[in-house]
Amino acid sequence: MAKLITGRAYVLGANIDTDQIIPAEHLVYSLSDEQESRQYGRFALSGVPPERAGLPAGGIGFISEEQWQSDYSIIVAGPNFGCGSSREHAPFALQKAGVRMVIAESYARIFYRNAVDGGFLVPYESMEPLNTRIRTGDMLEVNMAENRLFNASTLESFSLKAPGSVLPIIEAGGLFEYARQNGMIK
Amino acid sequence: MTITEKILARAAGKTSVSPGENIWIKVDTLMTHDVCGPPTFQIWKREFGEKARIWDKEKVVIFPDHYIFTRDQHANRNVGLLRQFAGEHNLPNFYDAHTERYKGVCHIALAEEGYNLPGSVLIGTDSHSCTSGAFGLFSTGVGNTDAAFILGTGTIWEKVPESMKFTFEGAMPEYLTAKDLILWILGDISTDGATYRAMEFDGEAVFSLNMDERMTLTNMAIEAGGMNGIIAADETAQRYVRERSDRPFEIFNSDADARYHSTYRYDTARLEPVVAKPHSPDNRDTVRNVQGTPLTKAYIGSCTGGKMTDFMNAAKILINQKVKVPTFVVPGSTEVAARLETETYKGISLREILSDAGCVIARSSCAACLGGPADTIGRSVERDVVISTTNRNFPGRMGSKKSEVYLASPLTVAASAVNGFISDPRDFL
Repeated sequence: MAKLITGRAYVLGANIDTDQIIPAEHLVYSLSDEQESRQYGRFALSGVPPERAGLPAGGIGFISEEQWQSDYSIIVAGPNFGCGSSREHAPFALQKAGVRMVIAESYARIFYRNAVDGGFLVPYESMEPLNTRIRTGDMLEVNMAENRLFNASTLESFSLKAPGSVLPIIEAGGLFEYARQNGMIK
Repeated sequence: MTITEKILARAAGKTSVSPGENIWIKVDTLMTHDVCGPPTFQIWKREFGEKARIWDKEKVVIFPDHYIFTRDQHANRNVGLLRQFAGEHNLPNFYDAHTERYKGVCHIALAEEGYNLPGSVLIGTDSHSCTSGAFGLFSTGVGNTDAAFILGTGTIWEKVPESMKFTFEGAMPEYLTAKDLILWILGDISTDGATYRAMEFDGEAVFSLNMDERMTLTNMAIEAGGMNGIIAADETAQRYVRERSDRPFEIFNSDADARYHSTYRYDTARLEPVVAKPHSPDNRDTVRNVQGTPLTKAYIGSCTGGKMTDFMNAAKILINQKVKVPTFVVPGSTEVAARLETETYKGISLREILSDAGCVIARSSCAACLGGPADTIGRSVERDVVISTTNRNFPGRMGSKKSEVYLASPLTVAASAVNGFISDPRDFL
């Protein structure tokens, strides 16, 4: 796990549910077939209503037409990110689109578990609402050793909540690696 | 300790546990379906390799239910992958689609087939797995990776949740259903009001409910972000289980001095029928306040609102009436579908009442509750305004991103279908 993650921000509102992250009609594709699973990246965040896409004025597409990956690799969102269904396809789709980190005010439990246990991306919690302080396209740098976010576009800096007891699983890169490292499975 | 803490302590092999503690627990039942089963099996094979072994075949239950009656090739391939896996490993508890064993929606089928054993731990690859908590067991949803880990080891880590207690006092008036109770709670605590917590339901009104209705309460715990919903197993619950299973189970109850994060009390006589307005299950309003909102569709189905009691409630309103908007009836399970023929209201079978009222009666599956492939029956299109007995109304949940969904009880949905606009069931009863 890299200690420094940099990328452009994509800003979203509150209660981004799993149907907005990856609409249910797309859950039919294979997650293991390399070619086919690219569909998840292509349709990531396609359920977000256009008027709220990339806030504040909306209308900022996460992925350009006919592209498989997004130019944005850090999501900044409000509370209760990933609420709704248990679909692991949600953090998977974000990862496929090129997202490496989500910074939200809070998470729904299953999305958080899936992100961590599947090793898809790092879910950070912010100390304060950041989706009003950061704009889509801002260049962000997150120092995981210091739990600190630097917005290189505005030169502002913010503290993030330390991941706590799940940090060893995040550092291992997922539940299976963690369990192997600790002799729980072979 | 609370009932949730006691069950988790037992499953962790400890005498006690405290909220916030991370524990490893033994799983008694692992449930999966056609959307999450195939990727779960793939991760299990990838991670455990050649020597991959299923920890206990008797404890794995597979219900294809999400995308069954569709021409979508990818969706059908997923059901095929379940069939292939169950065949390769001789899994006894596979309920294949398009066969006599097909059951329909997993959460309802788990109850009907006797898997909801009080005191046990049930983990499912579906967020509404919390439904089973109506039987006094710990049940929650997980993703594919966690499920694959359980498939190989029979264990999972959990953070012991704080518990919230919701007590409903008084008798249930005939115009209220469990759906109204849970929508009241959601309006009060919001869609993240119970995140990482247990939601425990108690009180005279709760224990007066039959199991169908109790399952509606626990089913929507996830809509408040709850880790699990739970109701202690009383005689009603135990009788239901004994009629469907001969396996032993253990009854747990919360101690009188159990600690709660918070407690809420409701007097049912002071509650009235409510809806969740677009686009969130916590966007509560009284039916009276939105009375008259024009509709284009009505939907009665899903693990939340497609049980026998839901259709009985709808039939009480729809008897000798005609619906004014397309109204879809989707029995939650094949058993419910069969009972629509045999159970009656005022001497007429429910199927006849619903059919004579002009409802479209579909085959059992999750259907349009979650939108699904383009050819899914009842799916919302364009600017549909739908009133539905289902559980979520986030943007695009039932299909079209432009549509609006109101969540309501089967009584309210039926009354609204008759008028073509949102209507209070008290005007019909």
